[in-house]
This record gives sequence, structure tokens and C-alpha cells, in this order.
Amino acid sequence: MSLADSLDVRPGRPADLILRRATVLDPVAGIDGVHDVVVRGGKIAELAAPGEGSADGAEVVEAEGMHAFPAFFDPHVHLRTPGHEHKEDVETGSRSAAAGGYCGILAMANTDPPVSTGADIAALREQARAGASVPVGFMATVTKGMKGQDLTEMVELREAGAVGFTDDGLPIVSARVMLRALQYQRLCGGTIALHEEDPELSGEGVMHEGPVSAALGLAGVPSVSESTMIARDAALAAYEDARIHVQHLSAAESVAVVRAAKAAGVKISAEASPHHLCLTDEEVRSLDPRRFKMNPPLRREADRQALIEALRDGTIECVATDHAPHQDEEKDVPFEQAAMGVTGLETAFAALHTELVLPGTIELGLLVERMAGGAAPFGIERPTLAPGSEANVALCDLGARWTVGEEGYESRSQNSWCAGRALTGRVMVTLAAGQVAFRLRSFSLGVAA
Amino acid sequence: MKHLLAIEQLSRGQIEAILDRAESFAEVGRRDIKKVPTLRGRTVVTLFYESSTRTSSSFELAAKRLSADLVAVKAAGSSVDKGESLKDTVATLSAYDPAAIVIRHPYAGAAQMVSAWTQAAVVNAGDGKHEHPSQALLDVYTLRRRLGSLEGKRIWIVGDVLHSRVARSNLIAFQRMGAEVTVCGPPTLIPRGIEELGCAVSHSLERLGEAEVVYALRMQQERMSESFVPSLREYAATFQVDTRKLNPRQLLMHPGPVNRGVELSGEAIDSPQSLIAEQVAAGLVVRMAILYELLAGGEGPTPVAEGDGAARPTPIGQPA
Repeated sequence: MSLADSLDVRPGRPADLILRRATVLDPVAGIDGVHDVVVRGGKIAELAAPGEGSADGAEVVEAEGMHAFPAFFDPHVHLRTPGHEHKEDVETGSRSAAAGGYCGILAMANTDPPVSTGADIAALREQARAGASVPVGFMATVTKGMKGQDLTEMVELREAGAVGFTDDGLPIVSARVMLRALQYQRLCGGTIALHEEDPELSGEGVMHEGPVSAALGLAGVPSVSESTMIARDAALAAYEDARIHVQHLSAAESVAVVRAAKAAGVKISAEASPHHLCLTDEEVRSLDPRRFKMNPPLRREADRQALIEALRDGTIECVATDHAPHQDEEKDVPFEQAAMGVTGLETAFAALHTELVLPGTIELGLLVERMAGGAAPFGIERPTLAPGSEANVALCDLGARWTVGEEGYESRSQNSWCAGRALTGRVMVTLAAGQVAFRLRSFSLGVAA
Repeated sequence: MKHLLAIEQLSRGQIEAILDRAESFAEVGRRDIKKVPTLRGRTVVTLFYESSTRTSSSFELAAKRLSADLVAVKAAGSSVDKGESLKDTVATLSAYDPAAIVIRHPYAGAAQMVSAWTQAAVVNAGDGKHEHPSQALLDVYTLRRRLGSLEGKRIWIVGDVLHSRVARSNLIAFQRMGAEVTVCGPPTLIPRGIEELGCAVSHSLERLGEAEVVYALRMQQERMSESFVPSLREYAATFQVDTRKLNPRQLLMHPGPVNRGVELSGEAIDSPQSLIAEQVAAGLVVRMAILYELLAGGEGPTPVAEGDGAARPTPIGQPA
């Protein structure tokens, strides 16, 4: 299924344009070279030789020196609707995604009330068709009201269009409920995405348990709070031959568990967030909850290195932002009282390009691959630049330097973990589901002669 | 120094400057009239979100001894009860243009946040389980008077280190003054990774004898119900500091309030080697020194006791 078929987006004019002399990189499709990317009627018509693409009256984007990638896919976004529209909604969140080069996102279900019925899904899909800049898919909760006790009507939710299931924000504590959900998956399909945490071990924790929490007197969340639950659920998934996706991996122990499960043939996939790939708990010494308080917490350098290695070897197949908008009054309070979560859609690519690609830690091609790796685990077709496919393109200027937050955000919230950071690499234009979803204000589009 | 937020941010020189200043206030305290005019016309606000006897009373008295106008706000009974945010409360109090805000708050980093929201100097009187810098300063002051210097001295901090802001601040302060620190308690009450702060860790009082100073921490009743210790009785049997475990040359300290018969035996508390009463007395002069250092330190004024020697300018620390 293409993005536009499986997710919902505001209908608009199919794009007709040429990205002139763009450096086109799509490692999965084996495309790497300078081309004129010819987009006609919302499809990639042709990758022509540089300067040779026929404009034929369409817009011409002078893209020499810029990179065209398959647009990104984020399987982990909080759009906060219904219930917390003061933080974000479908319109602002999808605009934020477009500005980050995304052509598709999955919205989590921990809203107020949680997305637990077919009617909830139908209402959200209606909102997306009315106002989403990029295709949005909606997850439903695994348990009714996210209470962890009774399964939602999973079959009807899938029929209503739920992409998958998750109680994200909370773990499914009961092993019995978890097992039943995995059994029911055989009936209805839909990947079950898991926020893995043992609340007994996390306790009152607000940051990683280690030397920094010891120094700050903050209650710690031990790494084993995450890894033991992943081990449990990997075993349950193996037992039921079910399909699970582990959200926001943060600890080296968790990487080891996922790697072993994959080697044993378990149908398990995993994601990591840009902040866990770029930061460590040393940041928490600032006691700044706006940028550095999230769940799971930032961990040690050894954990970060383990996540990077897992990204390289495919144990982690995708980057997911866990974009979690919060308003100022929820963050302008002491660390322990502050809401958990940071925004990330608008900065994910630039931050990872700056922190991992430029220093030579990972290859650009790997980052591009992992940025769109979140589609396949949910049965959604991976964005590609192969001619004939729907136009999902992120045009990036890898040399552009910018300071995050200086020009504000597309998101309704400002709790970006990158706030104030200077990043290198910027999304100039995003094509999503064949439409122009975003163009940087200062970047003007030319017109064909 | 604009604020006192954490011992972590102070150099040894800055700590010594405050202690030297406190020595001169101790001299003022021996006069008949114990008040100096240094902060006349300036306002000090104390804002306590947690209950406190020693810290709040000594900061209040310190402000009064320095002739400041004092506004003492307790969270209970204030608009905090009505759901006002910390930021809004600070904005409200800042409208009185205070010279200093002394804050105690149940959460780490509160004082630091407040310092970004007000023009006043901010003193951290305890933020969650993070730091309690004025306690550490008064403890170093007390020890320095007894020992002359902390250089090379071995200090054991015993008890519930995990939940103690005093332990954290003192651990840092003692080390910065040259002492070697060991923290001791059951593994459930010693934070994972604390040794990276430079201290040794022990889970037994067996080698307590090597310490010159034993600093006992308060053991809270509720820790038992949270499975940190199986019972207070067993805890006391294993970790209580009593006169049999102490040798007579060792100095004994405690930040108060003490649970008699839990972390300390009654006998130990009342023994001559106990510095607990001296710590309380030191609290006043050290907190005067802190307010003085933050509010008048850079101006080099010369406080004299009111009515003492008329208008004769007498540098503090010199005999009047």
C-alpha cells in the first residue's frame, strides 16, 4: 500500500516540478547521483540527466548542491488530539513533520480520552483529511482507556483504520493481558508497539539511575526497568509467533535483548530517538526539564554507543522522534515536577546529520535509510525515489547552518531538545504523497523558462 | 557570588571566605547588642515549601541580626495552597524588590530556577534531595573550629545517603576542603554510582574506627514501608552509631532532627564528643555570613553592633 492509501492527508494539487541538478540518494533503491528529479502529477516521472529534465511549464527548483532523499517516516509522534490541543493537533503536528522532511507519521493513542474505539479512529481520520500536511496514520490503544486490563475491540479498530496498537506512555504491566493481545493479533493484524518499562523498577524515577542521578539526588530509572520488560515481551511474542515493535530503545541492555531476539527469529523491530542517539544523562546536570526530561530517560555514553551500533547493524531499523509537545507551564517547573517529553520532528534529520554523520560516526546513506525505516514495521510501503512511485521527497541543503528555535517552530509547543543548538543541514522542500507539503520560507522556487 | 545554589558551584576559596566572615559574626554575637546595620532598608524573603525548624529560624534570625526587613512565607496557608505556580509566586514576591530570596523546596533545582526569574540573590535552603549548601557550610565551619583544618581528615557519613541532600552537599564540601569521605549504609540506601563523586563506599561500620569524624544522617520512619530496610530494629542493630562503636577521640555530628535510638543512641547524642549543639549555633553565624556575602560582600562595608562604640567604623573580624 502506498502512503496515501494507508494513511490520511488533506487532498491537494499533485505536484508538478523539477528538482534541477539535485544529488539524489536512495540507498535502498540503489540510486546515488546527480539528476533532474522530474515530478509530474505527484509522481516521480523520471530521474533525468542533470539539466536535461524537461520543465514543460512546471516549477523549477534549482537544487544544485542539495540532496534529494526519500522523505522520512516517523512511527512515533504525539499529536495530542483529542484532549490536549493546546499542545499540538493534527494540523500543527503534521506541519511540524513536513518541516522536518517527513512524508508520513503515526500518531500515538495516549490522548484524553485515549483512542480506544472505532469512532475515535474515524473522527481522527476525518481531521487528517481536513488538515494534515503529510499523511497521518493513527494507532489505537491495546487496552481500553490504557488501563492495562481489558483489550480494546481490536478487530473493529482495525476495520476503522487503526494502523496498529500501542499503550505508549505506559507499559502493559500484566503479562496475561500482553499475551491475550498477541493472540488476538492473529485475528486482526496490526503491529503492537510497546513502551517497555517495569513501573515497579522505575518507581518515582525521573532520570537514568547512575552517577549523575546520585550527584543530583534525583530518583533514578534503572536500565533494567526497560530491558527486563523487552525480554518478557520478546519471549511472549516468540511463544505466540506475534509481531511486536519496541519503542524508544534507550539502554545497552535493551539492545542486547532485541539483538538476541532477532537472532532467535522473533518478529521484533525497534526504534531509537534522535535525543537518545545524540545526548547522555550528563545533560541533566543542567536540571533543565524543558530539553532533557523524557521517558525513557537519557542514559550513559556506553548506552548511546550501543544504540548507534544497533542502528548500524540493523538491530534498530528506524529513527523515531517520540515527538512529545508540552506547553511552557508544564516545563517551567522543577525537574521532578515537569512533564516528560521533548519535540523532535523539525530537527531529527538535522540533529543526526550534525551529531552523527558530520563527525563520521555513521554514513549519510545509513541515516537516510533509517529515517524512513519506520514504515515497514507497520506494513506501510517504504518511501522511495524510484521512477514511477508516488513523490515523497525531502530536499535538503546539507551545508545550511541554522539555530533551532530562532525562527520559532511549526509545532504548537517549544520544548525542543535542540532549542538553541546550531545544526548543519536543513530541509528546504518536502513532497509528501505527491504534494508539496513544505517549503522553507526563505527558499524561493523558480519558474521554468 | 550572586547566588548560593549548590556547594558544587563553590571553590575552596569561596567556602573559606564565607567561613572567615562567619568567624567575625561569631564575635558580634558575643557583644551585648548583637545586631549590625549592614542590611538596613533591604528586604529578605524566606519561602519555605517544606517544614523546617533550624534552617528557617536561623535564616530569619540572621536577616534580623543584619537589620534587614524580613518577609517569611510558608507554603501552607499561602496562595501556594490555591495552586499558584512557583514561577508566579516568585514574580509576586519579586514585586517587593527583595535583596534576597531564601527558598526551600521539595524538588531538585527549584532554587536554580528561581534565580532565573528574579533580580534578587537566591539562597538554596534545601532543594529536594539535591543540595543543602548552608548546612554543609555550617558543618565545615563547626569542624574547622574544632580541627583547625579538614585537610587529610577522614570523615564517615553514615545512614540514608540516598534520600539526603545533606549527605550530598557535605560529601562535596568536605572533599573540597581536603577531607577523605566514606559513605556508609545498607546498599538500598547508597545511590548507585555515588563513588564517582570521589568518596569511598562501605556497607558496614566495622572500620568506623578509622574516622576522625562520624556524621550520622536522619533515618526516616517511612523508609521501612518502601522496602529500603526490613525493619528499623534491624537497621539500628546494624547501623546505629553508639558509644560502643565510637571511640572517645572521634567527633560526632548530625544535621538534626535526630531519631533517638535509631541512627544514634541517646548516649552518643549527649556525649561530650557530640557537636550537635555547636552545629545549631554555627547555623546562625554562617547564615549571617551567607547573606552578608551575597548582599554586601562586594561593597566592603564595615558593620558595627548598633550603639556599640557610636559611629566608630570597625571592620568585622577585628576587636571592637
